[in-house]
Amino acid sequence: MSNDSDAIVVKNPWGKLRQHTSARIALGRSGTSLPTGPHLEFQLAHARARNAVHHELNTVALSDALRARGFDVITAHSAAESRPVYLQRPDKGRRLDAPSRSALEIRPADTEPADVVFVIGDGLSALAIEENAVAFLDAVMPSLKADHWRVGPVVVVSQARVAVGDEVAEVLGAKIVVVLIGERPGLSSPDSMGIYMTLGPRSGMTDESRNCISNVRVEGLRYDLAAHKLLYLMTEAKKRGLSGVLLKDEAEDLSSNAVTTGQNFLLSAD
Amino acid sequence: MRYSQSIGTHTYTFDSLREVMAKASPARSGDYLAGVAARDDEERIAAQMALANLPLRTFLNEHVVPYETDEVTRLIIDEHDARAFAVVSHLTVGGFRDWLLSGAANEVSLAALAPGLTPEMVAAVSKICRVQDLILVAQKCRVVTKFRNTIGLKGRLSTRLQPNHPTDDPTGIAASIFDGLMYGSGDAVIGINPATDSIPAVMTLIEMLHEVIQRYNIPTQSCILSHVTTSIEAINRGAPIDLVFQSIAGTEAANKSFGIDLKVLQEGQDAALGLQRGTVGNNVMYFETGQGSALSANAHHGVDQQTIETRAYAVARKFKPLLVNTVVGFIGPEYLYDGKQIIRAGLEDHFCGKLLGVPMGCDICYTNHAEADQNDMDMLLTLLSVAGITFIMGIPGSDDIMLNYQTTSFHDALYARQVLGLKPAPEFEDWLRTSGIFDSGDSLKLADTLPKSFHRALAHLH
Repeated sequence: MSNDSDAIVVKNPWGKLRQHTSARIALGRSGTSLPTGPHLEFQLAHARARNAVHHELNTVALSDALRARGFDVITAHSAAESRPVYLQRPDKGRRLDAPSRSALEIRPADTEPADVVFVIGDGLSALAIEENAVAFLDAVMPSLKADHWRVGPVVVVSQARVAVGDEVAEVLGAKIVVVLIGERPGLSSPDSMGIYMTLGPRSGMTDESRNCISNVRVEGLRYDLAAHKLLYLMTEAKKRGLSGVLLKDEAEDLSSNAVTTGQNFLLSAD
Repeated sequence: MRYSQSIGTHTYTFDSLREVMAKASPARSGDYLAGVAARDDEERIAAQMALANLPLRTFLNEHVVPYETDEVTRLIIDEHDARAFAVVSHLTVGGFRDWLLSGAANEVSLAALAPGLTPEMVAAVSKICRVQDLILVAQKCRVVTKFRNTIGLKGRLSTRLQPNHPTDDPTGIAASIFDGLMYGSGDAVIGINPATDSIPAVMTLIEMLHEVIQRYNIPTQSCILSHVTTSIEAINRGAPIDLVFQSIAGTEAANKSFGIDLKVLQEGQDAALGLQRGTVGNNVMYFETGQGSALSANAHHGVDQQTIETRAYAVARKFKPLLVNTVVGFIGPEYLYDGKQIIRAGLEDHFCGKLLGVPMGCDICYTNHAEADQNDMDMLLTLLSVAGITFIMGIPGSDDIMLNYQTTSFHDALYARQVLGLKPAPEFEDWLRTSGIFDSGDSLKLADTLPKSFHRALAHLH
């Protein structure tokens, strides 16, 4: 039957553009509508993304990998007791549950408070954390050590929203919190990790106090570039005493290998 | 003030205007999350009956968010046009619904009335409207805006070409722009959500869009959806910005959580106006909104999410935007749980925006953690297109690879145009024909061959 479709579907002669983007371009058309092939491919991608949302974070494997790198690891849980509750009650995902909070509070205080605490949360894609969190820390830690940042424990939080990091860091007395969290899965990227940096974290803060680096994954923003951006933001935040919308990310200015031209095929000269 | 409604032997009482409004709202997860929703359907209808009996004037005297502590309330009250309001000032909310459905409400009378309406009046009447009312009344409204083309004319449906790329790669973005233009998308705006808010990256993208629009002589406008302060800084550094973007909400505290206030929005508008880049008009702002954003910032003052959303349109209209977009299904299931709630919210937002005189478009969308799918979006797209939506999004194959959600595709817009005979903005329509993307003549048919002007671009690819 495929021969019949070939005659009916209008193909787009710009398929080679697909090498430059994972966007669903050059799909062709049946009349003006989506042809059967790409229509069903989309439906499959949606079914897979739905599965990713409900995948549970393997905290044991993650903690083992972190400890093997010398991190002091604490596991915790948000006040959202299950995935369905988590999805409908973001307020619960922003708070620790009582046992987790107590465990942090009774922890012996560090001799000097940490400059930065990393909080790792499953967010909406535990897959993103399993694939990217450790590799990103491997990329950023050498620079932090070289610049003499005092790095506190890594706290792994299940059923976490970004703001749970504020409570964690407040209890631990850290000056900066960096939250690594699974972003909501897209059809083409069920494994995208976000990084949120906040200076002077405390419970009840809102998003204007944070700086975000998003889409950290193998096929998105590379670990070394994300690490460069984070280090820039942390350094500027500490120097200027602020984070969030008032702290602009001008890291590209400092990066030697960043893309600084908008040139592309649409604008090529003859 | 207390309000009550008797049903049989039972009397329902509501302690405040905000409680009547919240409990009259059709059910949605965000209002349950906030703890302001009706206990059950009967209490909801009692609240709707109480609301229907309220004089519209009530909303000028009792405020759901305090005047003293909220600049959005002050904007709404201080700039209310009492003369425009006079034509309906004697009506109750229920009477207002009847008036809107009657022949007295038409394109001319509704445009004249808009400055006399407050967001709370409009939100209130929407709560006692069925879906068909939301469509019928919105369809009567006409809000026309201009920059390099004319948006919002009768029988037109515009699209934002949204060529997002996860790392802002210029060639990747150009590939999606090319795809969109070949499908007739992009008359509302070519608008990129950048992956970061970095000023150098934003400057690069602005320059690129500027050059594409110039090179191909496209009667449209560009926008990088970065924070307003980033756009202002980019303008100060000489960037060729067409539209200044900002996400906005309906309370001062929620706007603060976005890092903005009315003053900085004014600065953004002034900066863009100073560039004088519009050719047929000077609407230079692009705003996005969405039910639930105030609660998300814990800045809702116990008001239901649909009422707060409508207050954001009062913020929008102060700055004469070219486009306002309710990103209805983006925020997630904790605010709009499923397809049914998303569909109703999209129609409410469009209805309320249009009554207030705002050029309302809709990002007909859902996330992968919501109970919704493509069938739900097809329903909302069809309903909004019948209702006269100003613009929708256009993205390759419905899949936003940067923001990780699904919105309407280039194909979807062509479906809506085909079944309802809708056309793009007139200047852009002419361009689609002269450039060879559409066949010449009156039909809206895509040409079967690649237009000559774009041959050269593809020839450079290897």
